[in-house]
Amino acid sequence: MPASIHAPASGSPTRADGRASFQRARRRASVQALLLALPLIVFLLSTFIAPIALLLARSVENREVPGSMPALTRALDAWDGRGVPDEHVFALLAAGLKDAQQSGQLGTVARRLNFAQPEFRSLLMRTARSVRDETPPAWKPALIEMDERWNSPEIWRLLKRAATSPTPDYLLAAVDAQVTPQGNLAFVPDNSSVYRQAFLRTISISASVTLLCLVLGYPVAWLLANLPAQSSNRLMLFVIVPFWTSLLVRTTAWYVLLQPGGVINGLLAGLGLATHPVPLIFNRTGVLIGMTHVLLPYMILAIYSVMKGVSPVYVRAAQSLGAHPFTAFVRVYIPQTLPGVGAGCFLVFVLALGYYITPALLGGAGDEMISQLIALQTNTQLNWGLAGALSAYLVIFTAIFYFLFNRIVGIDRLRFG
Amino acid sequence: MTEQRNKVLTERIASRWVRVHTAIVLFFLVAPILAIIPLSFNSGSYFSYPLQGFSLRWYEQALTSSDWQRSLLNSIGIGAASTLIATCLGTLAALGLSRSQFPLRSVIMPIIISPMIVPIVVVAAGFYLIFAPLGLVNSYPGVIFAHAALGTPFVVITVTASLLSFDQSLLRAASGLGAKPWTAFRRVTLPLITPAVATGSVFAFATSFDEVIVILFIGGPDQRTVPRQMWSGIRDSIDPSILAVATMLIVFAVVLFASINWLRGRAAAASRGVV
Amino acid sequence: MRTHIKAQCAALAVFAFATIPTHAAETLSVVTFGGAYEAAAKKAWFEPFTQATGVNFSTESYDGGLAKLSAMEQAKNTTWDLIDLETNDAITACDEGLLQKFDKKSIGKTSDFIPGSISDCAVASMVWSTVYAYDASKLKTAPSTVNDFFDLQKYPGKRGLRKSPKVSMEWALIADGVDPKDVYKVLGTPAGVDRAFKKLDTIKKNIVWWESGAQAPQLLADGAVVMVQAYNGRIDDAAKKDNKPFKAVWDAQVYDFEWWAIPTGAKHADTAAKFIVSQAQPKASADLSKYIAYAPPRKDAVALVDKQRLADMPTAPDNFKRAVQINANFWADNADQINKRFQVWLTQ
Repeated sequence: MPASIHAPASGSPTRADGRASFQRARRRASVQALLLALPLIVFLLSTFIAPIALLLARSVENREVPGSMPALTRALDAWDGRGVPDEHVFALLAAGLKDAQQSGQLGTVARRLNFAQPEFRSLLMRTARSVRDETPPAWKPALIEMDERWNSPEIWRLLKRAATSPTPDYLLAAVDAQVTPQGNLAFVPDNSSVYRQAFLRTISISASVTLLCLVLGYPVAWLLANLPAQSSNRLMLFVIVPFWTSLLVRTTAWYVLLQPGGVINGLLAGLGLATHPVPLIFNRTGVLIGMTHVLLPYMILAIYSVMKGVSPVYVRAAQSLGAHPFTAFVRVYIPQTLPGVGAGCFLVFVLALGYYITPALLGGAGDEMISQLIALQTNTQLNWGLAGALSAYLVIFTAIFYFLFNRIVGIDRLRFG
Repeated sequence: MTEQRNKVLTERIASRWVRVHTAIVLFFLVAPILAIIPLSFNSGSYFSYPLQGFSLRWYEQALTSSDWQRSLLNSIGIGAASTLIATCLGTLAALGLSRSQFPLRSVIMPIIISPMIVPIVVVAAGFYLIFAPLGLVNSYPGVIFAHAALGTPFVVITVTASLLSFDQSLLRAASGLGAKPWTAFRRVTLPLITPAVATGSVFAFATSFDEVIVILFIGGPDQRTVPRQMWSGIRDSIDPSILAVATMLIVFAVVLFASINWLRGRAAAASRGVV
Repeated sequence: MRTHIKAQCAALAVFAFATIPTHAAETLSVVTFGGAYEAAAKKAWFEPFTQATGVNFSTESYDGGLAKLSAMEQAKNTTWDLIDLETNDAITACDEGLLQKFDKKSIGKTSDFIPGSISDCAVASMVWSTVYAYDASKLKTAPSTVNDFFDLQKYPGKRGLRKSPKVSMEWALIADGVDPKDVYKVLGTPAGVDRAFKKLDTIKKNIVWWESGAQAPQLLADGAVVMVQAYNGRIDDAAKKDNKPFKAVWDAQVYDFEWWAIPTGAKHADTAAKFIVSQAQPKASADLSKYIAYAPPRKDAVALVDKQRLADMPTAPDNFKRAVQINANFWADNADQINKRFQVWLTQ
């Protein structure tokens, strides 16, 4: 649009006037463009970003004890954390437990403290039951007599930690670390370490699946890109129909086929390749087979869409300059397809990191991926702090990976097939 | 001469090997899906071959069972509603994003496509946290909003792609002929991007239809969808009617693919300026 | 444009659909352990109750544990009116205030109930047991003791176990030589827990874990396991209804009560209470055994059960030789610790 649309009333427009009105028009166009996208942005911020932010915020919050026993929390805050506290803290504990039971929050508090020490729940429930009926002259000796664990500095240290907010405990627990009684950071003993291994396992499985998809998918994409359109479209059906089939259907199919008495083992036995049924399910093999099967179409389509745009001119030129076909392929063709390879690997890796259904149905207890552990925390353990911490690490890792890859490949230019 | 023959030989071997490899991989992709179709006709009630006999009882059970019928209604209803929201918001956003003057593109774009990248369990857990105090758990609106959020990136990507290859001179011609901006949009832009909008909608619908984890977290017994019912079928009350449903879903997938193909053809024709 | 309008209509229809109240009649929302038990409960209790009162049932299934119930209570949105629980869960839930108090007098005569089968918050619905089963057509020599479950030499192949330390720990100790009477005494010591895990380690690589009751007979039918720990009723159901050649080994069976309870904040608590009263009557109680091999918790009802059927029950004398009643108080107190260790042990 020429700037002279808004010609000034008198005289000819100066260059500065023209530039100013051009900038105004540009700003107006920017605002218009932003306004068009605003409904979606607001919608996504509230239904998508906010929930995830809330979950991640839970990873540093302790809200159970402060929420149900505020007076005790303040007293514990003021206490120096050494040894066992004084009578007034015990009294506040007794009062707090009584209140928590009345308000129905005792179970929640008991469960939260159980995360720190697995015998806390029974201790709290017992104490709450006895506190309900009695009113002794002094709480400290009474409680210690009822259960000598109340005389243990460690129990009180953990109680104080559970009442402090914000807390690093969940973020530490998610990597099998803790703050020791001496106040240092240390790793949790090996026989309670689960999460570091789980993260490594998740990354390892995702990387293996990505590699498998790349090795299996690259030649297929090449053939599809270089065949004449009719045959290529027909073969493409074999890629797209699985792609469109529900994930659950495909995983169910493998669940059925990989059984010891299933079709695959039947084939192997029939061909004489196996005397006993080969264990193909409820182990790493099943998970890799299932996940590769589900994610392979993504890899093929990503590489194919780039290969489609690679002109055969370059390889022919290389060959006419005397290169062996193999050399021409490796040194001229493959580099041109790297953006597609990058996009495919990124997509498959990131999707694989977050997988839940396939490893849950096809894997064993030693193949659990991080998503399954997060779901375990939210659905069975109700430990939202730990779920938030695990999610935080997963999301941050994915984000870093995304930004790195965006630099190399340019993901936001990814088109859909 | 031998060098030439070696080159031809290498090419032939490579080409033969690539074809064999592709045949194996494509078989690997399709065979498992086809292999469960005969099982859905099994007269016995377990998932193992050999078949105990041919029977349509599982199809009968799936089609007449009130659980499956309600799941189908839910899947379609939730899919339609969430796709509508995703399409409206996504198309609007794409119109803004495709303009060159769009500010902060590198910040906004990641936000918009993040639902495709963030692990679904994290998303579902987050939904639960934010919806529970609002009473949106075990409710239709909650599930619909959640699925709409998951579907919008697809609409944005397809419509943006279509708008980016859109011939702006058509709009200039329209305004040159006296059309106001809104009229030009309605009568020039919209018809030409409709195939892309429809494609994005189909992707969004497919995402909602296939989604099970969010439903597991925030859906109640009334919001059971087809995948949710299938999940129960495998975990809780094992029943080959899920194989009958699976077969029907496979047929549905083929139909969806055919419709996308047809729409793509229309989109290609549109971007070439043929309406 | 036309597609838009059509879509708008569809969406409106969905919303209308969702906001119309579903039934004029009341619907009780029940959650049970699903599978064959749910099917049997439907025939024995839900349908007769619907016939008598017009109240409908909407059923859900779960695998035990109090997480969902706690979450509902936290969110102040309890959607369940009736919950089916194992004993230790019933004790813990009652303690934490997750269940409403139940007035046992409303049942009428309760003196013939087995001792310990009515509590403040819950009423026992039946007696069930955890056994292990095998496919008689695939094993030439039949296993007969719990030691055979752990014997990989004599019976090579995979074992199916419930993904929970309950019962597995007891079996590990009994197979290691502990007398069934002393199991909980030993399990209560750290050394005892270590001993149980060590015994489980000997079969660990061969274990296939299941979570829902229906998965156990499925694993056996698929040939995924050679022996599977299972709820006795599910195995009996598979053997009788699907004609599978499954047999149960009753040695060291660990039996327990199953309970009905009403969650705090349930929307139809009164109707739920009426249901509990109705299924606790001797005739209704005995009816369950017609459909699944679980025993009634009261002697008057046992007298009404078909004599032939009694032989399939956990309480039949032939099956009861080395039976262990699960120590629910032990598990209520120690489940958290042992579970934590179990979760870590699983992944290592």
